[in-house]
Amino acid sequence: MDDQTKPPLRDGPSRRGLFGAFGLAAGALAAPPVAAAPTGSEGHAPVTLSVNGREHRLTLDVRTTLLDALREHMDLTGAKKGCDHGQCGACTVHVDGSRVLSCLTLAISAEGRKVVTIEGLAKDGELHPMQQAFIDHDGFQCGYCTPGQIMSAVACVQEGHAATDDDIREYMSGNLCRCAAYPRIVAAIRQARGQMGAA
Amino acid sequence: MRPFVYDRAATIDRAVQLGAHTASGQADAPVQFLAGGTTVLDLMKLDVMTPQTVIDITPLKPSLRTIETGPAGLRLGAGVTMAEAAGHDGVRTQYPVIADSLKLAASAQIRNMATLGGNVLQRTRCGYYRDPSWSRCNKRVPGSGCEALTGPNRNHAVLGVSKACIAQYPGDFAVALVALEAQVEVDGPDGRRTLPFEAVHRGPDQPHIEHSLKPGELITGFFVPPGAWTRSSLYLKIRDRASYEFAIASAAVALDLDGDVVRDVRIGLGGMAYRPWRAREAEALLKGEPLSEDAAEAAARAALKGAVTHEDNAYKPELGRRTLVRALLEAARMEA
Ligand SMILES: Cc1cc2nc3c(=O)[nH]c(=O)nc-3n(C[C@H](O)[C@H](O)[C@H](O)COP(=O)(O)OP(=O)(O)OC[C@H]3O[C@@H](n4cnc5c(N)ncnc54)[C@H](O)[C@@H]3O)c2cc1C
Ligand code: FES
Ligand code: FES
Repeated sequence: MDDQTKPPLRDGPSRRGLFGAFGLAAGALAAPPVAAAPTGSEGHAPVTLSVNGREHRLTLDVRTTLLDALREHMDLTGAKKGCDHGQCGACTVHVDGSRVLSCLTLAISAEGRKVVTIEGLAKDGELHPMQQAFIDHDGFQCGYCTPGQIMSAVACVQEGHAATDDDIREYMSGNLCRCAAYPRIVAAIRQARGQMGAA
Repeated sequence: MRPFVYDRAATIDRAVQLGAHTASGQADAPVQFLAGGTTVLDLMKLDVMTPQTVIDITPLKPSLRTIETGPAGLRLGAGVTMAEAAGHDGVRTQYPVIADSLKLAASAQIRNMATLGGNVLQRTRCGYYRDPSWSRCNKRVPGSGCEALTGPNRNHAVLGVSKACIAQYPGDFAVALVALEAQVEVDGPDGRRTLPFEAVHRGPDQPHIEHSLKPGELITGFFVPPGAWTRSSLYLKIRDRASYEFAIASAAVALDLDGDVVRDVRIGLGGMAYRPWRAREAEALLKGEPLSEDAAEAAARAALKGAVTHEDNAYKPELGRRTLVRALLEAARMEA
């Protein structure tokens, strides 16, 4: 349900009203009124998300998690819902360059940030070295955990937490694999870390 | 998840103002601050927390995101993430117990999201608390009883418990803070104040009232006083699997030795207590004495003396003692 084809909401009065209420723009610096009137958004609200370099203008129930927004509203079904409670890592995406759990992130609170999902990793039709490494090493069986593993692994290398096998195991522990492909995942990361360069 | 009003606070004043009447930070509060969201959203999905309003305080992060180390001590902003604090050079070298407690907690993803302010206010992982289909839980439904007293209670607390509640405080960082006599800075409707970290978490007499912050009070930071003991400090965490698991026993130890004699020592215990636990009796026994294995064992016995066990957690006092002995002896080796 991507709203991109619908008339732009951006300049609609309701949207301006909401932004004022968020205190994000001009309101942020103005002296706060003495008694806080209820100002926030309830029910549905316009939410603009930057995902894989593209802007998505959506209207979302404010309860929508980033994971559900990606999967149900943007047709980006790479990030998976394993537990929906922060326990498995299947929903891992990058927000402003760091790996986070999209199931415990509200979509509306990701406004203004840069989201990258597994769909945004390949460049010009060429797989990211980490994706290729997972294929080379058979780093999966059923593949359900794999998008989360790969997003987590890319960040793990970028953070400098993939120097040794022990480090890889420790810093990848937030990604569970029910098929127990762990040894191959470690091997894949070992391969990709050398190829990722200063990426 | 129940419907709620979502709001954002771009300034501390605004956050305090939005939360003023109601954001008590207790689980049943009608207003919750949203920092990393890793506790709040989890419990909202479980229907344990049902706030009418959620105030996103992530826009505050820049102003709450500073880490300062120096001769005057350590100050950690409440919006600093667990990952940032764990990876900070000054924290790692001067306060290793703090860096360890954060590094050994949760997962890399959660540590990137979760803030120090939210971390200390994380809720118990007691299964009866987390699952509202159980009608009896004094923490969730005041006066309803405690199912854990007779149900599976392997992961429940043995120190500081009561007949009203044996839930375990699950966090790691708070155990380091309580050991190092940290202070908490808060800003609220009545202005700023500082309180001892030890006074934040309450005992189990009224289990649904979990901490002593007043409605609308926002934690802005933590202050850890300097001391010769902070450098030789460590956090030892024992758990059912090697990583990404809560503690079943843990010890935060900070030691200042003169030769092999204990000049000063600070001890916190986790994974076995109702709230972040300071083991003062153990500290008193060790001070002024040579740190031998016997002395460590005597101190550990004192620390666990008041333990109250239930059917499945009778293993905890012994595990707790061994954990503390090992932590003390390892800390002593750091000094050498
Ligand atoms: C699968 C899993 C495993 C975990 N394992 C561990 C572990 O091993 N060890 C460990 O210690 N923790 C663990 N955690 C808990 C995790 O560390 C906490 O959920 C996290 O630190 C909470 O921080 P947050 O910023 O996400 O808080 P939030 O969820 O945003 O907020 C938590 C609470 O604090 C209040 N709050 C937030 N910020 C402030 C503030 N500045 N002032 C006043 N009130 C505030 C909120 O209103 C809310 O009541 C785990 C969590 C999960 C989901
Ligand atoms: S779906 Fe997010 S951690 Fe499992
Ligand atoms: S490949 Fe099946 S869960 Fe990991």
